[in-house]
Amino acid sequence: MTTGNANPFAPLGIMRSWLRLDRGGDPGPRKSVLTRLVSWVIFIGIALYFLIPLFATFLQSIKPKPNGIPDPTLAYRTVLGLQGFYVGLGYSFAIGVITILISLLIIVPTAYWVRLRAPRLRPVVEFVTLLPFVIPPVVYVFGLIRTYGNKPFLLLATNLGSDAVLVGAYVILSFPYMYRAVDTGLAAVDVRSLTEASQSLGAGWTRILLRVILPNIRTAILSGAFLTLAIVVGEFTIATYLARNWAFGPYLSLLGRTQPYTPAVVTLISFGLTWIAMLLIAFIGRGSRTRVQVAGAR
Amino acid sequence: MADVVAVRERGALPARPARRFGLSWVGLLPFFLFSFAFIVMPTAYLVFGSLQKDDKPSLQNYADLGTGVIPLSLLTSIEVSLVTAVAGGILGFLLAYAIILGGLPRFLRTAVTTFSGVASNFAGVPLALAFTFTLGQLGVLTVFLKDTFGFDLRSTGFRLSDKLGLELVYLYFQIPLMLLIIAPAIDGLKKEWREAAENMGATPADYWRRVALPILTPSILGTMILLFGNSFGAQATAYQLTGGALPLATLTISAQISGDVLHNPGLGYALAMTMIAIMAVSIGIYTVLQRRAERWLRS
Repeated sequence: MTTGNANPFAPLGIMRSWLRLDRGGDPGPRKSVLTRLVSWVIFIGIALYFLIPLFATFLQSIKPKPNGIPDPTLAYRTVLGLQGFYVGLGYSFAIGVITILISLLIIVPTAYWVRLRAPRLRPVVEFVTLLPFVIPPVVYVFGLIRTYGNKPFLLLATNLGSDAVLVGAYVILSFPYMYRAVDTGLAAVDVRSLTEASQSLGAGWTRILLRVILPNIRTAILSGAFLTLAIVVGEFTIATYLARNWAFGPYLSLLGRTQPYTPAVVTLISFGLTWIAMLLIAFIGRGSRTRVQVAGAR
Repeated sequence: MADVVAVRERGALPARPARRFGLSWVGLLPFFLFSFAFIVMPTAYLVFGSLQKDDKPSLQNYADLGTGVIPLSLLTSIEVSLVTAVAGGILGFLLAYAIILGGLPRFLRTAVTTFSGVASNFAGVPLALAFTFTLGQLGVLTVFLKDTFGFDLRSTGFRLSDKLGLELVYLYFQIPLMLLIIAPAIDGLKKEWREAAENMGATPADYWRRVALPILTPSILGTMILLFGNSFGAQATAYQLTGGALPLATLTISAQISGDVLHNPGLGYALAMTMIAIMAVSIGIYTVLQRRAERWLRS
């Protein structure tokens, strides 16, 4: 949904911001005129830096002049007619959804089990989930390609195999956020009592997880899911090697190299999608008391 | 807790805890198997690859890190990361100060925070494109400056695809990330601390120099180190902006993936391991400093 997390820690700020931001804090005494003035100067200066590129992109997108006649909507109409645009978005979205499902399938039972039965293994699990922070995406895809591009695990020879490795990689990238979201969600409910109550009523493990635990950590799961979607859709570094230019990120890159105006439109669209994703995440996060903390790694 | 009680009640079954542990391990098997296949194995491949030369165990690849384009690309990566971490850190902190303590209207704070969430995630290809439309050869701002003020940006030697250009672009995600991570720390400054300082005759400047900044220092330093890692591992933005022409560690790796530009597979693995080591050190220091900083935020 957002585009190209070139920087591995981007979603971290979002998660941290659920923690305490907008809580108020101490505004201190009434500010002097000088403090206000300096603050305004800082704010306006930095705001200009952030807004000018967006404005310039907008101007670029309405610039086309076929035969000397300005046609501001031409680039927009062109993009909406591009097959690759839909293919890219659709492919990345589908990969994102599959990634979320697999990630949940692995992380929910794992976090639950760590809390209930294997607290001693918590540091090991946390360490493994944090590995994507330590290994830069381009280094990670390097290892993936060499591992799965050679015998005996030759998966990258087929399209399906490449997709499988791509999903596997994204599931790994989602672990730091998914595990923390689910774990903090579990911390907010009394997992042990819920489990024992369900067991004494005769429920099996599957039923406990699906019917008792899962509904109790809905919010955490939704947050983790949207963050994962935000990481996956538009991701460039890994997709460019494993997704054969189908994915949204590599497609946009290709467009940016070959076309003058349409990439501006797609850039604006991806910025808009990023907004939607972030607002959704903020909305979900605000409604809950789930306190998510990342990379503070206990 | 309940486990302990349960075991004590069944005191006659000493084998119980051991079996528990065995079972608990099995519950995590899917997670460990998946992680093994998709992150441990690929990483191990890089580790073993870096320790081999001509199919024999060797440390030669690490010795060869000093050859060819590698030292320059590592140094450039470190330089760009340092510059954007420090500049982004300072600007992000100033912005956080301005919106939290600077007496600006409250709605601006919410707006800046939300925008930062978006901007810190707005990286890679679209970010590079947005800046190309702004400051590229035919960028809107470039043309505007030339037509309106007769100022030719390119005559100053500025290129978006150079180090300076790249640094300018990276600030777009570094400043917001700094703001988002440092804002809770600034919020954590307690009213009582300022009041106590004032009661003892401190001026606002004294308070900042002797109380607030020392408390915030671990957070500020830690976050800057995180920004360093954030920029060090970035590849997509630089790739789109420079077409791979700038010597950066991440770009050298991507060139090595496509076509063994180092003419030695093992050397690529050694470079990859070096990058992992640099990231590990950054994250390690960040974690330690963050833990230190949180002492003040607690309670």
